[in-house]
Amino acid sequence: MAYLDINHVVRRFGGLVAVNDITVGIEQGEIFGLIGPNGSGKTTLFNCINNYHPANSGEIVFKGIPITRRSTHEICRLGIGRTFQVVKPLRRMTVLENVMAGAFLRTDSVTKARDKATEVLDFCELLHRKDMLAKDLPIADKKRMEIARSLAGEPELMLLDETAAGLNPKEIEAAMAIVKKIRDGGVTCFVVEHVMKFIMGISDRMMCINFGREIARGTPEEIANHPDVIKAYLGEKYAKGK
Amino acid sequence: MAKKNWFLLAILGLGGVAVVAIPPFLGGYFQHVLILIMMWITMATAWNLLGGYCGQVSFGHAVFFGLGAYGGGLLYLHWDISPWWGMIVGPLLAVIIGIPIGLITFRLRGAYFALAMLALGETFRIVFTNWESVTAGAVGIITSRTWGAEKLPYYYIALAIAALSIYVAYYLIRSKYGYYFVSIREDQDAAEGLGIPTTRYKLYALIPSAFFTGLAGAVFMNYIAYIEPHLVFNLSAISIMMILAVMLGGAGSLWGPVLGAAIYTILSEALRAAIGPISYLVFPIIACLIIMFLPDGILGDWDKIKRVFSRKKPVHVGGE
Amino acid sequence: MTLFGQTLITGLLIGGIYAVIAIGMTLIMGVMKIINLVHGALMMVAMYICLVLFKSFGLHPYIGMIPAMVVLFLIGYFLQKYSIERVFGVETILPESQVLLTLAMALAITEIVRLIFTSDYQSTYTPFSSKCFYLGGMSISVPYLVSFGIAMAFVAALHIFLTRTDLGRSVVATAQDRDAATYMGVDAKRITNFTFGLGTALAAAGGALLLPIFYLFPDVWHPYLAKCFIITILGGMGSTVGALSGGLVLGIAETFGATYWSPGYRDVVGFIIFVLVLLFLPGGLKKVIGR
Repeated sequence: MAYLDINHVVRRFGGLVAVNDITVGIEQGEIFGLIGPNGSGKTTLFNCINNYHPANSGEIVFKGIPITRRSTHEICRLGIGRTFQVVKPLRRMTVLENVMAGAFLRTDSVTKARDKATEVLDFCELLHRKDMLAKDLPIADKKRMEIARSLAGEPELMLLDETAAGLNPKEIEAAMAIVKKIRDGGVTCFVVEHVMKFIMGISDRMMCINFGREIARGTPEEIANHPDVIKAYLGEKYAKGK
Repeated sequence: MAKKNWFLLAILGLGGVAVVAIPPFLGGYFQHVLILIMMWITMATAWNLLGGYCGQVSFGHAVFFGLGAYGGGLLYLHWDISPWWGMIVGPLLAVIIGIPIGLITFRLRGAYFALAMLALGETFRIVFTNWESVTAGAVGIITSRTWGAEKLPYYYIALAIAALSIYVAYYLIRSKYGYYFVSIREDQDAAEGLGIPTTRYKLYALIPSAFFTGLAGAVFMNYIAYIEPHLVFNLSAISIMMILAVMLGGAGSLWGPVLGAAIYTILSEALRAAIGPISYLVFPIIACLIIMFLPDGILGDWDKIKRVFSRKKPVHVGGE
Repeated sequence: MTLFGQTLITGLLIGGIYAVIAIGMTLIMGVMKIINLVHGALMMVAMYICLVLFKSFGLHPYIGMIPAMVVLFLIGYFLQKYSIERVFGVETILPESQVLLTLAMALAITEIVRLIFTSDYQSTYTPFSSKCFYLGGMSISVPYLVSFGIAMAFVAALHIFLTRTDLGRSVVATAQDRDAATYMGVDAKRITNFTFGLGTALAAAGGALLLPIFYLFPDVWHPYLAKCFIITILGGMGSTVGALSGGLVLGIAETFGATYWSPGYRDVVGFIIFVLVLLFLPGGLKKVIGR
């Protein structure tokens, strides 16, 4: 029984099958990377885990507890944190208040929440921005704030959705360092990403999907050289060439 | 920094003394206006909890006002019980009916929630008008004034209630509730992803909101001693004006609704005295202008207002 | 049995008139994606224009409708261009500012009309107004029938406009995907202003059709605005077929409610449908019909 067990999950939107029978187990303490071309169903899978879009069939089990039918906030309370592909800052709150909103998951006291938020902001190296309004942040900081916000709720598993999108090379390096730091702190990370440098550089194991189906699984090297993966991204010709 | 706090506290203190000590020396009409101001402050603060802080804009809060008024009214009508009991029964009725209303309508977002509340407000008005056996219908309910022509006691009651509503709002805003309310307003999906049970917290905002709006209704019932559905379940005069009062001062702040309610009441009385029925025209036009040019109210758009009077260019910090 | 048939037919006829007013709103909502609460008040203005034409020149509302529609088109166009457009997409603490703006406009317009015409009930009564014809024991009001016929003509004309003309197709395109339409060379802003005017003109037509049947007073629009919403949500935003079916369904449901439950609760039927649809059928009938 893996830490997070995804079993034969299917998700349809009208006639389109976005997630087509995906089965994978995430082990505790690892960084697991998920890649795939645009529209392959990666974010939809995340949305199923979180129950923003309930799975049509299949089971998802976390730490032995079935979470398929639970509400999003319950799933968060059980220990799954989430960042979003398109950042969702709480715009008219300050950075500190944003992270406090996450911290209140584990406490009712304003002082304790503030202390926790300060601590997490420090961990994410964002303390210097704490009194700035979230809507005024540059994109890299918005993304980092979103991670901090989720971390403040003391998750055991983090779903990171395209953390590196829109970042410049230096910011990507910093983001990679943060994710590694989070894992070293004991949080399992399930990462969806397009930026190859980012995801290849941090993942312990990886999976590639296309059209909602798994097409390859293994270490980053195995994935990079897998003919089906190359075919999915670059087409038949390049796959044959390999 | 400490100096600024002392200054504000002094103003607050002076204001507090003024509202308690001065009214006995004012004429009956001014006392009447002050009672109205206190009622509107209560209503605006209450609406602001759900609408301004939690982001659930309700176009039908007259439901709670009317239920608050009819709580006492029905007790008097059917069982000859003093309408003062309505001060407890009315708000409780508003909350008891408000909770299922919330559970149903909170599934709707944004403008659809606003409209559903509008529809509910109108439905209650129609039902109370037609269900004559229970509510006395359009004829309304008349009770006798406990203190006759004396206005002062009603004023102090209304004042106490307004102060209580502000205090409750203050307490909620600074607590975990406040943070959660604003999170829901800013991004409901992100809030859910942070473990916030959004429907439950929307209810936590609705309950005090309904309670205090109902309490204002109960005060109204006892003071005016006459209620009828078109008066207390009124869409434009109550539901919409509540929103206008909050917008005028600035939604999403503690003192914005207080300021807005005071300005609204004084303006509305002054206009009615000066130009009569045309005042009904002026308010919607003022509302249009505010929405177009000063949508965050006097407190929220204070920077905009300052800029009109100075020549400085606004400074933008970087970011998207 | 005859009561049933009469209720059904009357409901159908009035539903058709509701549909004309609602089609205007669903067009506007489809293109602008905003809730337009001034629609009812503008319909009322058109009715007063027809009233004045009737009282001064003896023009029957069915004819006075034409100038009224032109005037309302212009009023709608300018309101949208110079006022509503201003709050479109502006970020404010209270997110529903444009809804509030249209509502405040509606209240302002109502008070202006009240100042000019007072709250007195008015009507365009002619001998024609009370004519009925009898079909197998059921009594059917002639004005209802004629208004229904004209309403259906409008619906058909609009449908042809939207599907066969370039301007009409631009409107539909903007409603479906504003950005894509812009990339195809459609001036979305101009189309938006035009659509607001067009939708308002349709409301004017609907109002004129109601005038021979009902009394006129400044607040007359309140229930009709509500009905428009219910129909728009019921039929699905932006769908003319939906508005037509929604209108007929509402007309029939209401009339049955008024006949078999109580006339006073007529409008409550609509509100109940409204809340039920919002909760259980978010896409509206459009989804069920599959259009």
